[in-house]
Amino acid sequence: MLKGYIPPYNATVVQKLLDQGAVLLGKTNLDEFAMGSGSTDGIFGPVRNPWSYSKQYREKRKQSHHRADEDSNWLITGGSSGGSAAAVSAFTCFAALGSDTGGSTRNPAALCGLVGLKPTYGLVSRYGLIPLVNSMDVPGILTRCVDDAAIVLGVLAGHDPKDSTTTQDPVGPFILPILRDVSKLCIGIPKEYNVPELSSEMQAFWSKAADLFASKGAKVVEVSLPHTSYSIVCYHVLCTAEVASNMARFDGLEYGHRCNVNVSTEAMYAATRREGFNDVVRGRILSGNFFLLRENYDDYFVKAQKVRRLIANDFVKVFNSGVDVLLTPTTLSDAVPYLEFIKEDNRTRSAQDDIFTQSVNMAGLPAVNVPMALSSQGLPVGLQLIGRAFSDQQLLTVAKWFEEQVQFPVIQLQELVDNCPTFSQHEKLGLVSLKR
Amino acid sequence: MWRRTFRATLRAGLGPGATGAVAGAPGARVGSCRFAGSDSEKAAGPSPGGRVSAELIEHLERLALVDFRNREGVARLQAAIEFAGQLRAVDTDGVEPMESVLEDRCLYLRADEVVEGSCAEDLLQNSQQTVEEYFVAPLGNITLPKQSEQHPVLKS
Repeated sequence: MLKGYIPPYNATVVQKLLDQGAVLLGKTNLDEFAMGSGSTDGIFGPVRNPWSYSKQYREKRKQSHHRADEDSNWLITGGSSGGSAAAVSAFTCFAALGSDTGGSTRNPAALCGLVGLKPTYGLVSRYGLIPLVNSMDVPGILTRCVDDAAIVLGVLAGHDPKDSTTTQDPVGPFILPILRDVSKLCIGIPKEYNVPELSSEMQAFWSKAADLFASKGAKVVEVSLPHTSYSIVCYHVLCTAEVASNMARFDGLEYGHRCNVNVSTEAMYAATRREGFNDVVRGRILSGNFFLLRENYDDYFVKAQKVRRLIANDFVKVFNSGVDVLLTPTTLSDAVPYLEFIKEDNRTRSAQDDIFTQSVNMAGLPAVNVPMALSSQGLPVGLQLIGRAFSDQQLLTVAKWFEEQVQFPVIQLQELVDNCPTFSQHEKLGLVSLKR
Repeated sequence: MWRRTFRATLRAGLGPGATGAVAGAPGARVGSCRFAGSDSEKAAGPSPGGRVSAELIEHLERLALVDFRNREGVARLQAAIEFAGQLRAVDTDGVEPMESVLEDRCLYLRADEVVEGSCAEDLLQNSQQTVEEYFVAPLGNITLPKQSEQHPVLKS
């Protein structure tokens, strides 16, 4: 739909980075209009996870008697901000922006071994971010280490007069202290996140992380977020309803793709939108219009808004009971091959994959994926930390502590190693950062 | 304490890599179950397990303008409606709808003054059909034909 479109202005988040001297390297691929959890439904094709080509993954494949050099079985990045994740993961750039409405920054961060930050709703301006769900969208930040994410957040956070949903309270600075003593920290483990679909390997990593916090003196408690299981359905209704409204601006008249039908305005709109949107987008628009019909409005849309309050209140109660940070998985497992991922349709996949990340958007809280370790397949797994609203600095401080403890390995990409004689295989993540 | 969280699933005994095979979210229920919701159960469109009527899809297409009245579009809509039906199981008595997480804050609104603009040329450049400073649209007073009446060129 936006083929050939050149924006006549910069988004606030882009402008802020440019003002601080950032060099814009390019725009990255994603699921169309950020609808998807695999970055497989974009007009430029699916995004490949750089870890598919890593030494770590290929060696594991060889060990299990698969051909290590086969190209057809490459892995997805996760989505919807998969292109941004791939770019950072492959050392193309130091940082990339994504969007996060249901987990679209944290999901690919987990599958690509990156720090994926979803700031508190209201902290970072959405001016210039194509809206999906106005009350849940935030620009996301993808980096290789927590300090870099804090640097970028420090540039982006703050009131923007052009976005009335940004907080006017003073924010930052986001310089992260080094946490030496976690004994005053209380970590919550939400029991409803222990779903049957969670792979046993992911569950083991989650448990190991909880043990790590406990062994260093933190208080680790089980908590309950009882309405978790309804967040996907609630999101389904609210998202499609907002999409039906937000996508109405794409009609081919003022910008973007326009088809040749000239019989009438409505016919032109319909044909343009059929050509310009993929099935996922069109399906959501149609469903959204159904939920917004006068006779359905209360039963679906308002009902979903009520359920949203219940979900948000769950988090408030937990944080009020003394928990500082929640620790959860980010994804059900490590990255899966593209050929396997596409066996199910977009909606099914999104419903499955968003389970750990979605409720955070409902409540507008900050959350970050921190890469933890490599799975038995040699692929990244990450865990999610969730904090109180506007406690982004504290959240990142804990994330930085965790990152330091787990020492996630650097991706070993053969060509990269060959071309950079000074880049040793044992180089740790933190050394290749913006701080240098 | 929190270790109970992990022990519960170990007993369920799911093997490694078992993902993606389960459709729908935990607690998912198909639309044809009876719901214990306290809110009104009347809704337009299909009754649980029913089909989307031709009239409904025509109406939605007029509103959505995505040309998705074919079998696939109807099937997707059907599935979406059934999926959303699960909401009825939640008790929301006395709960206020939440529109925004910032509802307790007073948000800043700009003064109604023009501070930037005068970029008509830049904006017109993005459009495919313009005449001087106008965006050109086809006739607006012709309604979208029903699927049965469609011009062959428009049939998807």
